[in-house]
Amino acid sequence: MIADSRLAPRRRLGGTAGILLTGFCSALAAGLLIVILGYVAIQGWGAINPAFVTQLPHPVGVPDGGVGNGIVGTIIIVAIAAVIAVPIGVLTGLYLAVYGRGLSAELIRFLAEVLSGVPSIAIGLFAYTICVKPFAHFSAFSASFAFAVLMLPLMIRTSEEAIRGVPTSIREGALALGLPDYGGVVHVVLPAARPLIVTGLLLAIARVTGETAPLLFTAFGSQFWELNPANPMAVLALQIFTYAISPYDDWHRQAWGGALLLILAVLVLNVGARLALGRHGKKS
Amino acid sequence: MQPAVVAAKDTVPDLVEIALSAQAVSAWYGSKLAIRDINLDFIRNSITALMGPSGCGKTTFLRCLNRIHESALDARTAGKVLLAGTNIYDADVNPVVTRRRIGMVFQRPNPFPTMSILENVTSGPRYTGMTNEPRELADLAEEALRRAALFDEVKDKLRDPALSLSGGQQQRLCIARALAVKPEVLLMDEPTSALDPLSTLKIEELMEHLAADFTVVIVTHNLQQAARVSHFTAFMLGDADRVGSVVEFAPTGEIFTHPKDSRTEDYITGRFG
Repeated sequence: MIADSRLAPRRRLGGTAGILLTGFCSALAAGLLIVILGYVAIQGWGAINPAFVTQLPHPVGVPDGGVGNGIVGTIIIVAIAAVIAVPIGVLTGLYLAVYGRGLSAELIRFLAEVLSGVPSIAIGLFAYTICVKPFAHFSAFSASFAFAVLMLPLMIRTSEEAIRGVPTSIREGALALGLPDYGGVVHVVLPAARPLIVTGLLLAIARVTGETAPLLFTAFGSQFWELNPANPMAVLALQIFTYAISPYDDWHRQAWGGALLLILAVLVLNVGARLALGRHGKKS
Repeated sequence: MQPAVVAAKDTVPDLVEIALSAQAVSAWYGSKLAIRDINLDFIRNSITALMGPSGCGKTTFLRCLNRIHESALDARTAGKVLLAGTNIYDADVNPVVTRRRIGMVFQRPNPFPTMSILENVTSGPRYTGMTNEPRELADLAEEALRRAALFDEVKDKLRDPALSLSGGQQQRLCIARALAVKPEVLLMDEPTSALDPLSTLKIEELMEHLAADFTVVIVTHNLQQAARVSHFTAFMLGDADRVGSVVEFAPTGEIFTHPKDSRTEDYITGRFG
């Protein structure tokens, strides 16, 4: 044995200290997350009641009132963003996974990676410049546009991986039957890749649902039940921001309530994504 | 060691008509030559075995016969493959249409994972535009499943997922799927190498019937299988640079009893491979 018995205690001590340190940091990280979630839950729980999720905001001093319009607005804006981002993301992923070769594919992959690192406020500013300024009008659609840009890199990456994950033998099976290229893609490859693409979509939705910065100068916010995407619209994340920086206790309480709702929504999306993935894993 | 000859077929079909003819076929992966200058005729309604050790290019050659080789990255082919007299590599021939006339079964069962048993069999006729009529599709499916000796096992669960079947059943499902588009030629790439002996036996049995309606080309590195199922055998071998070519081609009975080439003899007597 090479081990020097005199060194062993010291080495063992060092090893133990290292393990303790990593354990301590892990506990700190996990503890911090639990504290944040717990604090939001305690602070927000009292604010959540049927009125809070169904009613319009009330002026300061008027009791009750809620963020119903913000919830609806969030759903509308995210839905439109998904409608924009899904086809572009999936088709780009398909190109990268099946057809893209060489420099052009590398370039697209690189750009998508860069795009995923661009701060959301910069993307909001971009959306403001091309979707708000020319019309001199804030709109939910401009927020959807910003969200779609934010979702796009994630959709491209997960779609590419999902389609690449479909075994070549399956693709060749379609080819060997005499299916045209698009026939194989539409009827065989994309259905096989769908569970993973859906997972990616849920994660992308979870990613943008809590985004606030791009909304400041796109959706802008509204006090009304606004359903027309061409108009400014209330969004939950924006309402939290407005309420949180206000000087009123009642609004602070509602901000915590809204934050709790957002966290719950993101939690549900993440669990849903995991379930979709789990089902897929079992099947193959 | 005993010669590996089992029950070599010596019955050769009387009517000799060439269904498929490979003429000077070579194939590359990138700059690597994989098979060189292969000339081989496939007689209509016969079963031809492409036999040889691993890496001798038999699968590559098979994949040149329905132009699926070229779907791989950087893959290239030279030479002619005549299907009923027409070169499938001619510029005005659509490879997609060609593949409907030359079906293929792969080494591992590859049913379409999101489809039911029935949908798998009807996917060819449906998505190649043969028919969309539910009645016709059902008839085509039944006929194909019967030919693949699978119908009786699945007739009560046609809507079940294809992946719920056993491996051997999945492979017969893939055979049925290939037959449903009514090809003239059926290429089989080691169709039983991933299956247990019983499933292998079932597929070998059904192959006998297939030859009545189709021209079958089967890749196998299993001597007994070549001897059992085929009318003709082509023995392939890779050279020092691992470039594959055909060493000997003859009726199966002959190749297993009186091989002309010493390398063939070495292989079938088990001296290598």
